[in-house]
Amino acid sequence: MVVSPVVLMIMGAVVGAAALAFVFRRAGGRPLIGLGIGAIAGAFGSALFMVPLDYCTFEAERQSLDRVFGMIFVLAGIALVVTPVSWLSGKLLRRESLMADDQTQGTFRHWWIALPLLAPTLTILVLFLYYPSLETLRLSTMLSRLGARREVFVCVDNFTRLVNDPAYVDTFVRTMFISFSIVVLSMSLSLLIASMAYLPLRGASIYRILLVWPYAMSPAVAGIIFLLMFNPSGGLVNHLFGKWFGIKLGWLNDPAVAPWTIILASVWKSMGFNILFYIAGLQNVPKDLIEAGAIDGAGLLRRFWHIVWPMLSPITFFLIVTNLTYAFFETYATIDYLTPGGGPLQSTTTMMYRVIQLGVQNNDMGKAAAQSIVLFLTVIGMTIVLFRTGGRQVNYGV
Amino acid sequence: MTAAYRETVRVAQAPSWKKTVRSWVPKRWYAHLILIVACFMSGIPLFYALLVSTQTNAEVFRYQFSAGSGLEANWNVVFHERHLHTYMINSVIMTAGITFFKTIFSLLSGLAFVYFRFPGKWLVFGFVLITLMMPTEVLIIALFRFINDLDWQNTFYALIVPFTASATGTFLFRQHFASIPAEMSEAAQLDGANPLQFLFRVLVPMSWNTIGALAVVQTIYAWNMYLWPNMIISNPDMQTIQTGIGTLRLGGGALRFGPLMLGTVIVSLPPVIVFILLQKQFMSGFTLTRDK
Repeated sequence: MVVSPVVLMIMGAVVGAAALAFVFRRAGGRPLIGLGIGAIAGAFGSALFMVPLDYCTFEAERQSLDRVFGMIFVLAGIALVVTPVSWLSGKLLRRESLMADDQTQGTFRHWWIALPLLAPTLTILVLFLYYPSLETLRLSTMLSRLGARREVFVCVDNFTRLVNDPAYVDTFVRTMFISFSIVVLSMSLSLLIASMAYLPLRGASIYRILLVWPYAMSPAVAGIIFLLMFNPSGGLVNHLFGKWFGIKLGWLNDPAVAPWTIILASVWKSMGFNILFYIAGLQNVPKDLIEAGAIDGAGLLRRFWHIVWPMLSPITFFLIVTNLTYAFFETYATIDYLTPGGGPLQSTTTMMYRVIQLGVQNNDMGKAAAQSIVLFLTVIGMTIVLFRTGGRQVNYGV
Repeated sequence: MTAAYRETVRVAQAPSWKKTVRSWVPKRWYAHLILIVACFMSGIPLFYALLVSTQTNAEVFRYQFSAGSGLEANWNVVFHERHLHTYMINSVIMTAGITFFKTIFSLLSGLAFVYFRFPGKWLVFGFVLITLMMPTEVLIIALFRFINDLDWQNTFYALIVPFTASATGTFLFRQHFASIPAEMSEAAQLDGANPLQFLFRVLVPMSWNTIGALAVVQTIYAWNMYLWPNMIISNPDMQTIQTGIGTLRLGGGALRFGPLMLGTVIVSLPPVIVFILLQKQFMSGFTLTRDK
């Protein structure tokens, strides 16, 4: 053991004590009590992931990368325990209700009747969401197969291997590229089209229906229709391109082009949704604000940038989050129909696609689980960054 | 008629003549232009798919831009050689099951969270709400293993049960019930109604909009599910449409586009129709309900 569990616990206790003492002082409690609670919480947090792992990352024969990962797990554990405890004690000290807008009147007697009412939802959530989540964590430290039931504990190897694996780094970068392209292209085009379609034009309602219906198509169907149009041998697009410009692109079999075909199909499918919400958002922008801007001599672009865009920010924000989820997860079906197997030279293999390849086709559950966790952290991390940077500036006045 | 009068008439008529010509050109022609181009771009893939669904393979590769002669043959392939109707029935059962149970379970838990006070309520609510941050996709490997352990592969249980609990549904109904005046439940209790009677006789009739919103989103979501059925169903008779439609692709070792497109069009019609008819409900549902 290079770093002993006791040292880690003391570290956690110090961090937790400092955080809780601060919270208690600000909320008007006794800092000393905070110190105590924080120390316990921090010490517990440091052990949260490490006890199941049996502190394996700090064994003498492990490499420094393992220790870095071990420290990350220790810090994550501390944060996971200390954050809710400090949030909770802050609320309790300020005597705030833990559940806002809790109804006190008109409630039924016999509180235990609530239990059977909640039972179906809670049972399903525990069995099919919480249990698989913990199981994903456990599997990620295993070498595990589905058929022959043998499992070998491999510590954090499934994670450390990813760092040294250039193919996985490629997959990560590619996923980011494909996802961001989908989100940016789809949302900017949708905003442009929506700012035309929300005008009180003749036939506006027909335009709107003709614009938004692709949302109801499934990602799988988007893949199939684009397969028809873009397949390199007999597809319509290459036929027309060849006739008009004399070029034929390998839409599905050229590693440089194939990701763009996926992006195109996904943008086509997701624009309807974005247009629908942007039209609704634009209709909520007060007309007198825009007129006032026009009277003050603001040009089209300035009116858009200073009046319309800030008013749209809640919708933009909501759309970024939903579109990112779509781009990361739902594009799986489109990819599977357009470029089965993940494309030429794996050029359309996203992180999600890789997880399924590993887990279902290669039957390597441990690696797949580890990559699921990386995927989860990526999505959650991006959402948190969005909330931190964009969320504060969001104008909720609409 | 004096010349002056004639002059007045001429002057008065001139602008109105101009006006009729003007009104031919739509106001803000650039907006119409952009919208027409956009509708065209989003419509062309489906329009072409519709054409191909009536064509034989030879006609497809002639890039014929009109209806072909293969509709009957394609229909036979889709419904007799392959079994799209089986996949559709499976999908209908799965979609109905998910939507129905999700709505019922969400109603029940909404009722519990608004009309009961019990110890640790905030904790239970947090426990439900935090699942919003756990997308099924990232734990699908462990779920796959768990369902295999239960021996549920190739059953409707695997397709329906894991998706019947909903944090957003619970949240949606909690918000909605909380907006209903407390007098309602007080009156119901005075009349001796038990909680379930109160739910189904009073709350549900007042909640059709919310129920509709949740149902529309769920129906489209379930109908379009691909990844999970693809993983857990291997039996050809249990396929749902989004995975089963892939079986139309190959025939005699070559890609056959006619039947594939006919299947695609048939499969896409239900959600598109539901979506167009219930757009308003859909939007109000989706602002709170992501894909859970």
